[in-house]
Amino acid sequence: MSQVRRILQVCLLLIPALVAGIPPAAAEYADVVLNRRAEKEGMRPVIFPHWFHRIRFRCKVCHQELGFKMRVGSNDVRMSDIVEGKFCGACHNGDVAWAPDQCDLCHSAKRGLPTGIYGGHETLGPGRW
Amino acid sequence: MPTWIIVAALLLVNAPVLAGPWDKLREDGVHDPRSPAINRLQEPGDALSKLTPDSAGNMVRWVQSLEKGEINPRANLRPDTKIRLYDSDVMLNLNGGMPMVKFPHRQHTLWLDCANCHDHLFKAEAGANKLSMLAILNGEQCGVCHGAVSFPLTECFRCHNTAKPGGKPPRPSLPIAIPAGAVPPK
Repeated sequence: MSQVRRILQVCLLLIPALVAGIPPAAAEYADVVLNRRAEKEGMRPVIFPHWFHRIRFRCKVCHQELGFKMRVGSNDVRMSDIVEGKFCGACHNGDVAWAPDQCDLCHSAKRGLPTGIYGGHETLGPGRW
Repeated sequence: MPTWIIVAALLLVNAPVLAGPWDKLREDGVHDPRSPAINRLQEPGDALSKLTPDSAGNMVRWVQSLEKGEINPRANLRPDTKIRLYDSDVMLNLNGGMPMVKFPHRQHTLWLDCANCHDHLFKAEAGANKLSMLAILNGEQCGVCHGAVSFPLTECFRCHNTAKPGGKPPRPSLPIAIPAGAVPPK
């Protein structure tokens, strides 16, 4: 009987560990998913990784020179803009970074993900992001 | 029940997390594991593990990393863009319950232009801005960046870093060096 109780004890102790042990579907901190139009147009949503870009560019390059507003969902960027060299297209032109014909490199998110900033910390604001 | 059995079981069950603080792109929950990008895009761990470690956010001390020259991000694309740097600290929260905030313009202008904050977020005049922690937690004011991109709002004493006269000293910063094999909070 005490054996059974011990086994039960172990199982109970493992429940929180099991929950904690599942890798969270959390992205990297500050990853942005963009899906205003992508999926409606038959493409995977876009993932913009802040970590990758800030190793190479300071915030002000995109948020000042290129005019990206600092609020997810507030930048209405179309593929035609990018091809014309605006927004992402200022670098993604085959010169500084890969050209817009490399669709899958940006359009790489799971289908069904809504636009938003992901990988947030525990104190993520009460729903604003 | 011997303690070592419990510890061993916990370690075993949590083994996937011990691999490191950065998820692989195929397992991060947002990338489509079947996307052809998976084997072509840089993995976060490959880049970020080489930078000054932190215990929150991207697990990188971005300002220190920049100052040490571990990274050298471009400040402009257009040759005629004026790069504006400003070195002046502003004391905030002079009367609140928490230690005061010494806001450093220098570190902020390394990354940002004046116009990223002034004047639509903050008036450029000391004492003219009514700051609210609730607004910040809600993604306004400092919270436009802190809690989304720059270090998160769990790090209270990085901003609340200066004791009031006669007040309690800010809690010493937590050590930022992460021992090998440790599991920092995600």
